[in-house]
Amino acid sequence: MKANRFWSWLFLILGIAYFVLPLIGTVEFSLKMRRGEYSLDAYWAVLADPRFQATFGYSVMMAVATIIAGVVLIVPTAYWIRLKLPHWRPFIEFVTLLPLVIPPIVIVFGYIRLYNTSSWLPLTGTAAGTNLLLMFGYMTLSLPYMYRAVDTGLRAIDVRTLTEAAESLGAGWLTIMWRVILPNVLVAVLSGAFLTFAIVIGEFVLAALLNRPAFGPYLQLIGANRAYEPAALAVIAFAITWACMGLIQLVTRFQKHTMARR
Amino acid sequence: MSFLEIANLQKDFGGTRVVKDFNLAVEKGEFVSFLGPSGCGKTTTLRMVAGFEQPTSGVIRIDGRDVVNLKPNQRNIGMVFQAYALFPNMTVAQNVGFGLKVAGRPKAEIDARVAEMLEIIKLPHLAERYPFQLSGGQQQRVALARALAVRPQVLLLDEPLSALDAKIRVSLREEIRAIQKKLGITTIYVTHDQEEALSMSDRIVVMNEGRADQVGTPFEIYNRPTTRFVASFVGTLSTLEGRVVDPAAGTVSIGDSTVSLGYRLAERQAGDAITLALRPEAVTLGRDEARGAHLSGTIRDVSFLGSVIRVRVAVGSGTVSLDTFNSPSAPPPEPGDLVTVSFAPGDLLVMED
Ligand SMILES: Nc1ncnc2c1ncn2[C@@H]1O[C@H](COP(=O)(O)OP(=O)(O)OP(=O)(O)O)[C@@H](O)[C@H]1O
Ligand SMILES: [Mg+2]
Repeated sequence: MKANRFWSWLFLILGIAYFVLPLIGTVEFSLKMRRGEYSLDAYWAVLADPRFQATFGYSVMMAVATIIAGVVLIVPTAYWIRLKLPHWRPFIEFVTLLPLVIPPIVIVFGYIRLYNTSSWLPLTGTAAGTNLLLMFGYMTLSLPYMYRAVDTGLRAIDVRTLTEAAESLGAGWLTIMWRVILPNVLVAVLSGAFLTFAIVIGEFVLAALLNRPAFGPYLQLIGANRAYEPAALAVIAFAITWACMGLIQLVTRFQKHTMARR
Repeated sequence: MSFLEIANLQKDFGGTRVVKDFNLAVEKGEFVSFLGPSGCGKTTTLRMVAGFEQPTSGVIRIDGRDVVNLKPNQRNIGMVFQAYALFPNMTVAQNVGFGLKVAGRPKAEIDARVAEMLEIIKLPHLAERYPFQLSGGQQQRVALARALAVRPQVLLLDEPLSALDAKIRVSLREEIRAIQKKLGITTIYVTHDQEEALSMSDRIVVMNEGRADQVGTPFEIYNRPTTRFVASFVGTLSTLEGRVVDPAAGTVSIGDSTVSLGYRLAERQAGDAITLALRPEAVTLGRDEARGAHLSGTIRDVSFLGSVIRVRVAVGSGTVSLDTFNSPSAPPPEPGDLVTVSFAPGDLLVMED
């Protein structure tokens, strides 16, 4: 018993060290830009870089667009499948898992082949078209997380009876979606949204190959050319991701007070 | 013409017919219950009236209008579900006002109607609560108010009380009936609880395997069941096997006693087997000369039900159940005692085979 305890602690500590040591190393290194003392110079340098502001702003905008489009697509889909096509669920779940097994590089080459300037839908010909394509790519990447989050949210409510109750009170499809279903899966949608945000901010392959000025490629560019700034950038990206995770927790907790389940 | 008419209604689910040739005419303001065992098609029939299921064939008319091809949100029907189905993200007041808001009524009108409905269900102080802060009984009352707020033409309730505990069930069924009478709303109430159906309804439809076996007032259903199924499903019934002695005089033998029914047994021959039935409350323990028929037997078991004691007596090949009032001063009968039971011959029900 005792020995067991010892080994589990040992492995836990080893595991934590595996994650934490590089992080500490990176943070420490990012503070060493000024010779002989710790400073935030590297961070100031990064934040002052207009390319940082531009690429970060671009990625945030893309993330928001991806989230909105994802919610509009996925909430009604997951709802409809639960309500009318429950026997399709295993199939749909399989489809939503595909982005996890198909590498983004395959997706983006497929896009470029299908939508290049000499194709029937030359999306890559314009910046707006390419942005749209990139957004669809991001939606695909976040699909497994978003769908699962929404589906879990729907499981917590009695979708069918609530729909029928609203219908018998005269509500149409849009009203039911907007006033009954969406408010009750909002927590789930938000947690899916934060995950999507984290994915989009750090994504490299799609943005680089579609040649859009996103944060991921900028991160890579700085990493290849500077010493201290990449470490600072990595810490910033890491902080953003963790802030998203923290927000998921916070929103979930906050929600319990205002509209708990039955 | 009746307010709600259902004619030749049928419903198939993948080859199985679950509602068969269902006919019913409900008058305006009437309270009709569908009573039947699990799986007999009560919910399916109700859902066809609400528009959640499409009938395979048949007609449903509300106030002369054929509604079969109307969507649920165009039928002007109020529905109360077993699972309450309140919107978890809305307060009680918002739940009750939902239908009016969807219909685009002005805010002042909604507020007034919500206040009026909350007054009717006696919960005005809970207007700002969320559903999760209410008890089951309160949630179901809010669900009722929500369904009635839009002034539907017909109110449909599908086992609204079966998720609640016994005490609340009784008080709430009285309350539902009182509200229904006050508003004069035409109501269909689905239940598998016969006490609920008998105590609340103007008329009861007893359903069996997708068919309406008998339609009648609670009094008729209980006292004059026309089919063996209705007789055995509603109330407790003791069945006795007997033999016809003289069909013209209406005498039959049960065990070693001969009983006169007092009317002619048409289409029966002397010596035919005949199935007879008795309600527990028609039978008394002991020899009662005021009642014309007597049978002797042995007490099989005795169950104490509080104010009454149910005694089961083995008579010939059958068993007769009877209820006697509990009296604290007299000891209850014991199993194994030899007893005589008495009843009026007119209370014997002849079962059709
Ligand atoms: N959507 C459906 N698909 C297939 N069969 C169904 C469906 N809904 C109901 N049935 C079948 O139809 C029959 C009647 O069901 P229904 O729900 O109307 O019964 P019920 O009288 O309401 O029973 P309960 O008292 O248990 O609620 C049952 O045998 C049921 O299995
Ligand atoms: Mg049912």
